Formats: sequence, C-alpha cells, structure tokens
Amino acid sequence: MNATPTFPASSPAPPNGQRDDVVLRVEHLKVYYATPQGDVHAVDDVSFEVYRGEILGLVGESGCGKTTTAMAILRLVQPPGRIVGGHIWLDGIDLVRLSERELRRLRWDKISLIPQGAMNSLNPVLRVGEQIRDVIEDHEGRQPRKALKERILHLLHLVGLPSRVYNLYPHELSGGMKQRVCIAMAIALNPILIIADEPTSALDVVVQRVVAETLLRVKEELGISIILIGHDMGLMAQLADRVAVMYAGHLVEIAPVRPLFKTPLHPYTQLLIESIPSIKERKPLKLTEGLTHDLRNPPPGCIFQFRCPHVTEGCRTRRPMLQDVHPGHRVACFLYHEAVASGGTSPQR
Amino acid sequence: MRGLTWDYLIRRVAMFFVTIWLGATLIFIIPRLAPGDPVAAMVSRLQAQAGYIENSAEMIEAWRRRFGLDGPIWLQYLKYMRSVLTLDLGYSLAYFPSRVEEMIVDALPWTVGLLTLATLMSFVLGNLIGALMAWRRTPGLIRNLLPLTLTFTSIPFFMLGILLIYLFAFTLDWFPPSGAYARGVEIGLNWEFIKSVIHHGTLPALSIVLTSMGFWALGMRGMMITNEGEDYMILAEAKGLNPFRVFWKYGIRTAVLPQVTALALSLGSIAGGSTLVEYIFAYPGMGYLLYQGIVNTDYTLIQGIVFMLILGTATSVLILDLLLPLIDPRITYERG
Repeated sequence: MNATPTFPASSPAPPNGQRDDVVLRVEHLKVYYATPQGDVHAVDDVSFEVYRGEILGLVGESGCGKTTTAMAILRLVQPPGRIVGGHIWLDGIDLVRLSERELRRLRWDKISLIPQGAMNSLNPVLRVGEQIRDVIEDHEGRQPRKALKERILHLLHLVGLPSRVYNLYPHELSGGMKQRVCIAMAIALNPILIIADEPTSALDVVVQRVVAETLLRVKEELGISIILIGHDMGLMAQLADRVAVMYAGHLVEIAPVRPLFKTPLHPYTQLLIESIPSIKERKPLKLTEGLTHDLRNPPPGCIFQFRCPHVTEGCRTRRPMLQDVHPGHRVACFLYHEAVASGGTSPQR
Repeated sequence: MRGLTWDYLIRRVAMFFVTIWLGATLIFIIPRLAPGDPVAAMVSRLQAQAGYIENSAEMIEAWRRRFGLDGPIWLQYLKYMRSVLTLDLGYSLAYFPSRVEEMIVDALPWTVGLLTLATLMSFVLGNLIGALMAWRRTPGLIRNLLPLTLTFTSIPFFMLGILLIYLFAFTLDWFPPSGAYARGVEIGLNWEFIKSVIHHGTLPALSIVLTSMGFWALGMRGMMITNEGEDYMILAEAKGLNPFRVFWKYGIRTAVLPQVTALALSLGSIAGGSTLVEYIFAYPGMGYLLYQGIVNTDYTLIQGIVFMLILGTATSVLILDLLLPLIDPRITYERG
C-alpha cells in the first residue's frame, strides 16, 4: 500500500562539510524582477543545501527574498520575475534546465508546496477530497475510486483532520483546518522536499502550535525534508534543524539552530535575534535605523554596510563571501573571516 | 446546513411576486401619467380617416368602459390587477378584435427560440474566447487572432444585420433576408419546417452572436486575469496538474460565476425580444410586435409585452437564485 509513505527517519548527521544525504542543492541562484527602472535583484547569488529529513529554516525580514527563493526552487517565479542564473539540483536533476513538461511531472511528485496564504490557496468551488484526488490522479493516472478515497482519508487523518472534511468545501473550514488540508495535500505523493512558505503566519498561536506539530510529525514519520520559510524566530527555534538567514537577496548566515540562536555571528542575525519580542521584558526595538539599499543598485561591498554597527572601510569595497567559520556554521562577514584566517584554519571554499 | 429549505423557497417566491406586483403597478401608473387620452386619440384618428363620426363622445365613453378606463383610479387599478392575475391582457387597441395575449402567444415562441439559442451560443463562444485570451498557455498565434473575432462588438448589431442581409441574402443568396420560415411550408414538427426555420434564423442569430460575443469575452477575460493571480492558481501550477484541468476546473470554473448571473439576466430579458434585429429581418417575434405596438401607439399591446418582460426577468432571476448554490458552493440557501 502506497498510502503511507515511510522513509526511515534519518537523524541529521553532524554537519561536516560535504555530506552525501543532500536532497536539494541550490547553487548561485539569481532571481531578478524586471521593472522600468532596472532589474530588482531579489535573490542574488544564493547557495545552500538541504539534507534528507531535516527542516531548514529560511528567515529574514519582508522583501528579503525568502519567498522568491522558494518560488524559484519550484520554478514558479511569476513574471516580471525570472531566474537569471544558477542551478537547483533536486535529487540529481537541475530544475532550472527542465522543460515545462518534465517540470510538471516532477512537481508535487518530488517537491511540493505548503503555500503562504492557505486561506486562498484552495479552489473555492471544489471539495477538499477532489482537490487532493486531482493531484494524485494527474500524476499517477486513474485509480479505483474507493482505494483512492481511503488513501485521501488516511492523509487527512495523518494531519489530524476528521473524515468529514473530505466532502467539505474550503469555505466551510477554519484557517487552521485549511492549512492542514494543504499539508495533507503536500504529502499526498510522498515528495522528498516540501517548501512551507510561512505556514503559520495567518493563524493564532494555539492553531500555530497544532500546525507546527503536524509539520514535525510529517518530518519525523515520513522523513520528508522541509524548507520552512518565516519570520517567526520562536517557531524557527522550535522546528528547524538548521537556519539560514537572508538579507536583501543574499544569504548572510547559515548554521544549525542552536549555535545560531546562542552565538549568532553575522551582525544582522544578532540584531534579528535581539529584536525578538519578549513577553518577560520590554526591550527597545532594534534595527530601526537605516534602510535597506535600493535592490536595483546593490552597493559594492557588503550588502549590510548601511545598517551594520561594525562596518569598516573594507566592507564598503569588498563583498564578504559565505564561508565556514565553524563546521557547518557559515557566515558572510569579514569580522569572522579575518579571525579564521589569522587563526590559521583556512576557510573551506 | 446546505440544501434547499422551505424558508428560503418561500422567501424567494414571495420576492418573485412582489417584483411582479411592483412591475405591474408601474405599467399601470406610467401611461396614466403621460399626457393624452388613448381612446380619444384613437377616435380622432378614426375621425381623420372616416371624416365625421356620429356620437363620438358616447363612443369614447363606451370604449373607455371596454378598456377599463372608466371609474375612479383605484377601481381601475383593482380591475387591472384582477386582469393581470388572470393573465388577461385585454384587447389590442390597434388590431381591435385581436387579444394581446393571443398576439403574444403567437410571437413568443419565435423570439424565445431565436434569442435563447443566440444568447447561449454567444455566451459559450464569448466566454471561451475571453478565457483563452487570458490564459497564459494559449498559443501565441491563437492569442493574437482572438481579438479579431471581437471587432464585430464595436458594430451595432442592426448595422451588422443590414450588412449580413446585403452580403448573404442579396449578393450571395445563401439565406433568406426576412421572415421566420418559408411560405407554403406546413407548420409543425416536420423536417421541411425545421430546416426552413433554421435557414431563416441563421442570419438574425449570427448578427446577435457576433456582436454580443465580445461582451462575454471581455468580462471573462477580466475575471480570468484576476483569477490567474489567485493563490489557488499558483498552487494548481505547483501541483503539476494537467494544464487543461487547471484551465477548466481552476480557471473557468471559478471565473464564470459572475458571468452566469449576467446570463440569467439577459435570458430573462429575451421575452421582450430584440426589437431592431427582428424589425430588420421582419422576424415575427416579440420585438417586431413591440415595434408595431409603438408605431401604432397600441398601449395595451405595449403594456402586455412589457409585462411579459418583467415576468421573464423575474422568473429567470428566481431560477438563478435557486440554481446558484449548485454552481458556487460558497453561496448557500441560508440567510445572510
């Protein structure tokens, strides 16, 4: 029975450079949006990996390119946006080079999406069951109705929804239920990677928790890798195995979740984590001064120079590359690169 | 929670009758607000034809009684309402011994047949063209050719009608220029007759379809473009669904809903006929009848036709209200 896909749940191996359980490798991805005043560099030279059975958090403020990165991985960048360069290796296939036809076959089968606005992501005129059924049938061909229904009910139960949801229309569900329908749909074909684009952003904290737990269960029981996009740092701390921080279309830091929260290296990550609101104390809000530069004309040198408290002359001319500072902890900032260099350990790549 | 409830049905049907009552009352009031006396006008017209008429004052009085124009206004109103309820539309003023309801019964099938077919054809074609114009995957060639089909929209349909008659009736002689069926054909369900009706109906239908198609196409195009940006369309794409399934079930299926409402309204107004088209093609339908009524200041005939129009619109809105929840599940029979 292929209704319950069961991967062996793999525990993340210690991150030491190249690993052999890479599911997705994004290399030098560039996505630009055309505007009359020139191209907006929404995603500029972003590279990262996703390992089997892990949740990779992708954080950053609004407009930093998180969602664009995710959409590019799905090859769903909407015009006027376009992928300008780079590779997206999924299970050995470069998605950037695929034809529409090959892409269509691969979508959802290997990579699926839990969309940002689950509220409006379900077709309002089709019943929930039919919307899950169409994706299964379009990819696997026609199937006996009864077995198919069993399978869909099983999916719904897996995300904690009752059977009656099968026959309901989206507007008859609550926000949390719709989001879980989207999760059930995302795992229907047992993909190797799910992109969850702010899956909890429109939900209240209690429902957020339920959805978060559902995501964790999906990861643990099915061994599916997840890219979790969001700006809720608390949620990231709870769910993610590793976290990647984006700023103005660039990846500035990527590290396992504990070191990232305990000892954030990049000044932007530090500000981001300091600015997490606390219910215990009122902190002055950080990150208020300075604006992000115009994304059409990125400055030479470090992209964070205008807002960085530690900016030096060198930051204004040379751009720091993402480099390993500790094993598995990469950061794009000269503060650490020099320390690493002077410490004698040559930075890997 | 879903499903047709008695409460809903009763409320809608009550609404239907209120609409008809209001419409009928308006038909009663408006001619009486207009200056002039139709009976006096008719008698003076007869006088002009026949010279002097004896006892014209008594004659006017008698005719007033005949047409229910005597007595105080409230009594007229009550009588009028009674005749409306019994669908007794009275005598035609211009074709006196003929009764209005008989004239309507003769004309209605022609109009309903012609216009229903033309409207449905225009709806289907127009929406398909509009949807294809908006669809991202429409091949470039087709996408560029489609707007050409809409150029007729800017031509008034009666102009197109004249053009069609000139081209296909007089020059090419493919279709007859007027009438609803050939003379000498036995009316009934026989092949000869049906063939003749289709033959005669083609040009009028074509002039309506070609000119009204653009209305549907542009509406549909707008709806589809709005639709393309919706989250569920992006998700449908991400799901790697068959493009045609996305087109039909995610695109057209959700975009067509407002169009269906508009269709019901235009089907409802069919009962009034398409005056100009029917006039140009001398098609014996409601529009032609209305034209004759207006030319002859035949108040009872005009009232009767307008009443049929109100009845038709109200009925199709009622049917639409009962059917919409089946098309759009977000609309329920519940209050609110």
